[in-house]
Amino acid sequence: MSDCDVIIIGAGHNGLVAASYLAKAGRKVIVLEKNAQVGGAAVSEEFFLGFKASTCAGGAGYLSEKVVADLKLAEHGLAIEPSDALVFVPQPDGSNLTIWRDVDRTAKEIEKFSAADAKAYPRFVEAMRPMAKAVESLLRITPPDLPDVGWEDLTSARTMAGPVWKIGRKHISQFLKTLPMPVADLLDEWFESDVVMGAIASSAVRDITWGPRESGTAYTLLYNWALSNTGLFRSSGGMQGGMGAITGAIARAATGFGAEIRTDCPVSDILLEGGRAVGVRLASGESLKAPTLVSGADPRTTFTRLIHPSALDLTVVRHTRNIKYRGSAARVHLALANLPEITALAGGDTKALEGSVQIAPNMTYIQRAYDCTKYGEYAPHPYLDIEIPTLRDPGLAPAGRHVMSITAKYAPYALRSGSWEDHRENFGEVVLSALEVYIPKIRDAVLHREILLPVDLEERFGLPEGNGSHGDMTLDQFLHMRPLPGYAQYKSPVEGLYLCGAGAHPGGGVTGLPGHNAAREILRATG
Amino acid sequence: MLKQTPFHDRTSQLCEGESWQDWSGYLSANSYELDHSHEYYAVRTGCGMFDISPLYKYHVRGRDALALLNRMSTRDVSKCRVGQIVYTAWCDDEGHIVDDGTIARLGDDSFRLTTAMSLLYWLEDVGFGLEVDIHDVSEEQGALAIQGPTSREVVQQLTSANLDDLKYFRIIEDKVAGVPVRIGRNGYTGDLGYELFMDARDALPLWDALMEKSDAYKLRPAGHVALDMVRIEAGLVLIDAEFMSSTHAMYPIQRSTPYDLGLDWVVNLKKDSFIGQRALREEKARGSAWTTVGIQVDVVALEALYGRFGMPLILPYHSWIEAIPLYADANKQKQIGKATSGTWSPIMKRYVALARLKPEHAKVGSGLHIEMSIEGQRFTVPATVVETPFFDPPRKRS
Repeated sequence: MSDCDVIIIGAGHNGLVAASYLAKAGRKVIVLEKNAQVGGAAVSEEFFLGFKASTCAGGAGYLSEKVVADLKLAEHGLAIEPSDALVFVPQPDGSNLTIWRDVDRTAKEIEKFSAADAKAYPRFVEAMRPMAKAVESLLRITPPDLPDVGWEDLTSARTMAGPVWKIGRKHISQFLKTLPMPVADLLDEWFESDVVMGAIASSAVRDITWGPRESGTAYTLLYNWALSNTGLFRSSGGMQGGMGAITGAIARAATGFGAEIRTDCPVSDILLEGGRAVGVRLASGESLKAPTLVSGADPRTTFTRLIHPSALDLTVVRHTRNIKYRGSAARVHLALANLPEITALAGGDTKALEGSVQIAPNMTYIQRAYDCTKYGEYAPHPYLDIEIPTLRDPGLAPAGRHVMSITAKYAPYALRSGSWEDHRENFGEVVLSALEVYIPKIRDAVLHREILLPVDLEERFGLPEGNGSHGDMTLDQFLHMRPLPGYAQYKSPVEGLYLCGAGAHPGGGVTGLPGHNAAREILRATG
Repeated sequence: MLKQTPFHDRTSQLCEGESWQDWSGYLSANSYELDHSHEYYAVRTGCGMFDISPLYKYHVRGRDALALLNRMSTRDVSKCRVGQIVYTAWCDDEGHIVDDGTIARLGDDSFRLTTAMSLLYWLEDVGFGLEVDIHDVSEEQGALAIQGPTSREVVQQLTSANLDDLKYFRIIEDKVAGVPVRIGRNGYTGDLGYELFMDARDALPLWDALMEKSDAYKLRPAGHVALDMVRIEAGLVLIDAEFMSSTHAMYPIQRSTPYDLGLDWVVNLKKDSFIGQRALREEKARGSAWTTVGIQVDVVALEALYGRFGMPLILPYHSWIEAIPLYADANKQKQIGKATSGTWSPIMKRYVALARLKPEHAKVGSGLHIEMSIEGQRFTVPATVVETPFFDPPRKRS
């Protein structure tokens, strides 16, 4: 006796997107969320008296336009306004580079650093856009089942070839060359200024453990470009209320389509009968049955905690064990009494700060920050990607106060020596010292700081090794290799169980696409 | 550069012919004297002392230790009591054998596993998500196998533990010659014997204490040549002889299931799931392609064949490991399998071999023909399927 058609574990944004599509198609869906609020890693929470921040996930502008349109999310209050500024990069000498949505305006900015680069920038954007478009189409397909290619996969192989073909015969080889490149090499082909390259390369490495000189980061640049709301390599802006407001809107859409969302409802394990998933056992002891189960959790959690690994083939366990998580970004939230002056802005318009503020004056700086993580150390001069959401949304803090939400890199999940508990406060100091170079009065303004290291993100958000993408976004973990070789069709090795989280293709970021693709496959498979 | 076992200071002094082989990356003596026969006879009439330190040894401990080993093993390890040792095999997802070895239960949640090949990554895969501590003690521990009719007496001279109480495939921890040792009443020779595991730092004092008794108890260090002869007599399969680990196999034909190896008795299809169970259930239902049995070569027929060349019967002087065709008929019209390793058994005066055969030809008493060559000319010689172990003295289990 089934309680519903589909049980979805986890009301993260992908779980909610999948729930919406499935409910929209007439399925009776129950979403089980362990926390009191929906959103998973995309939540807004009070971290200090009257100060709210997007605790874990940042980067609002990557939600797939198709998902927004299909689910009519605007009707449920979704409104993400891109800001004019994408990223503001202060320099130690007091100058700055701002990347604007307006390409020509950006080119003018770039002139301060290199006349040649200013000329190259519009051509670079023009050359990359069709590639980003091709990538975007790839993100929406179901990857082929390699190496066991069947007739159905030929169709998807064609789906894969289609978008690539569309960029034109002339550009295909360039496209194939670009994907596995280090973003540094790609940018080297276009630009001469380390500052300009740093402002672009940061987007490629913000959500991955690699630095800009590592292979495959050109792909992550295009990945972000494909989904961003600015038509460029980086999204901007956000929604009033922060990331939690976005998942709140998707939850309302899901409920509107008839899905039931139960919060405070942790799942202890998935019930198997004859090797098939038939339901879940809740922490309360209650069981729920459904012919289709969908896990929004990452593959490691799904295949070791929700299912006992002994129920799986060893090959699957091995592939799961070999998924690289390797979180390397900390989240630091600062409650600020005021917004102290950034030397490089010097009384200029704070509109320039409405995207991100990047503490990493150039690409070399980012690479150096990354180099430490290879050896299990955190960067003494970290790369900081800062959002000041209160500039757009003053309601996130008491009147006149501000919030800074910082993605601080690189802070490897596991330190080579010592424990993070001994280094936590020092890391906070390192972050503030890096800020102080550009915002001299920052320490005076800090009322409270909250440091969420990868270990904390693992603990609080169930993200193994603190990796927000449910598995690092490296080339060996994308398309048909994501989440596991042989199981990239949202199906899992357990019959009746599907994966819809960021661990599945196409991967991380608040895009809604894994949920979208998974729902399509579930509907196809269950008629 | 091959590593040296904890006994190397002594074994290298004794290895007259400098005949060594690479055993899991360690220098390991083939025979200590130029001729192996004293060592062979020592195992069957006195006792042989083998340096088996190159075995891989793992300690598996923790709440889920039993769960891990039971998931890995084809046998039901939960039936292994504390102080007991079991021989088992383990397979991949398709039921192909990876390796075989022994599991000793040292405590409720504490086990020692000995294996022929490095298994750490495999254990870690199987243990993924389990509460278990896996410790590779291969280099920390030395090991000696004391095997043969006088083995009990010689070890008893050096320990206060009552070895009469230590039953077959049981293990205790006690001092031997003042050194803490895990004494297992088992071996790889099909004879009365003990396996002693000790801290590598205690290896030499223990060796010396045992050697002091060598004259009185006909104890003699023995190497691979003798070991391989006695393990064949004992009917025991060997990795890279009777089977190749599926993790090393390049081609499907090189892989074997436990059924192919005649190890049906170590496969428990009724226990909770283990790796490869599904595939082995299917194989059991449809019947295996192969089994492994013992055969005995007709030496009278072989002697007649040599006679045609004016030669006396020449028997192999030591064991061989080689794939040799086996036929249903003397004219080689129908091949039914292969012999995988064989030896002339000096103690039994029988020419025996282990053979992989199609099950319908593997009944005890079935006749077959084995290919042999004399002076480069190939012939077939009649052979018969016989019971294994070929050599099975009552003292083995005493």
